[in-house]
Amino acid sequence: MSVLDFFIRKRSAPVARERLQLLLAHEHVLNGRSDLAALLQEEILAVISKHIKIDRDKVNVKLDRGAQVSTLEIDIEMPENVVAPD
Amino acid sequence: MSKVLVVTSGKGGVGKTTSSASLGAALAKAGQNVVVVDFDVGLRNLDLVMGAERRVVFDLVNVVQGDAKLAQALIRDKRIETLSILPASQTRDKDALTEEGVERIIGELREKFDWIICDSPAGIEKGAMMAMRFADVAVVVTNPEISSVRDSDRIIGMLDSKTRHAETGGKLEKHLLLTRYDPARAARGEMLKVEDVLEILAIPLLGIVPESTEVLTASNLGCPVTLNNPESAPARAYVEAARRLLGEKVEVTTPVERRGLMSRLFGKKALA
Ligand SMILES: Nc1ncnc2c1ncn2[C@@H]1O[C@H](COP(=O)(O)OP(=O)(O)OP(=O)(O)O)[C@@H](O)[C@H]1O
Ligand SMILES: [Mg+2]
Repeated sequence: MSVLDFFIRKRSAPVARERLQLLLAHEHVLNGRSDLAALLQEEILAVISKHIKIDRDKVNVKLDRGAQVSTLEIDIEMPENVVAPD
Repeated sequence: MSKVLVVTSGKGGVGKTTSSASLGAALAKAGQNVVVVDFDVGLRNLDLVMGAERRVVFDLVNVVQGDAKLAQALIRDKRIETLSILPASQTRDKDALTEEGVERIIGELREKFDWIICDSPAGIEKGAMMAMRFADVAVVVTNPEISSVRDSDRIIGMLDSKTRHAETGGKLEKHLLLTRYDPARAARGEMLKVEDVLEILAIPLLGIVPESTEVLTASNLGCPVTLNNPESAPARAYVEAARRLLGEKVEVTTPVERRGLMSRLFGKKALA
């Protein structure tokens, strides 16, 4: 086990948290407790979080279903000084 | 006014029976008239945890099916006068409970008690459904661990859709009771944080009960931890949770690791 492994191992709880949030968003849609927008929000957040550290409330997803047209509005507020990971 | 409180979780072994007994004893000690009902038909354990196993004559199924009167099945606690238990059957299965029967018994219990605490079986099937069906208050017992949180989320969904209150637009109070919380593991980032669980489940926190050998000792002796060792950390957490149920404003404290000088100097050896 390398030194790096040791430090990564120490912090397994944040991984559990991310996995749970995504999973439950899926399950809520399946159980009819939540809508597609919430699921999309979780998935988009998960993708962005892989590359950029972003707060949950900075990603907003709105889904409007109309008779003729439906719109999907995705609003992501980028944090300042984003540095891409190496 | 009487309150029907279900102690539920989805996942097994998280501390429902321990919590039912401990909260029940704490509420009774505070002067409330309390009955703890074991809904775990086929796998009854509440009688053991409360030290009443040798006094069981009739059980919940007998009363539901009309083979015994409620008064014949109720067992009064020997330590606290205002505490009773209604045991589950050990020989039947959960299908022996009918909704009409359970409703009738809950109605009868409401006339006699301030608190009717329903210790739910694990799972999401009929037994768990019957235990939550007529609840006014739900205590969702969760361990800070990924599968327990997922199952609690599922149970919260059922509380919001399958209970009598949910169906009739009534109000069902929901509370989160975090149990088997290990401060040392939390400090090392190995366990979900209290804030994480609260954010994910989004129901108010009733209390945090630390992992403690006192709980095992208490169940070995057949005495709820709130009676067996009221000064212990888990007992204090349960007593405070009971006060919150009674409407008192008591701030929730997160357990911290308390290591004595000896264990700090000598590590684990000093604990042996
Ligand atoms: N705070 C705690 N610290 C240490 N051990 C605990 C704690 N709470 C519960 N336990 C232990 O965990 C085990 C399971 O507890 P309990 O029977 O209360 O769970 P349960 O949710 O009722 O289980 P089931 O789903 O099988 O009915 C028991 O051995 C109990 O002593
Ligand atoms: Mg149990």
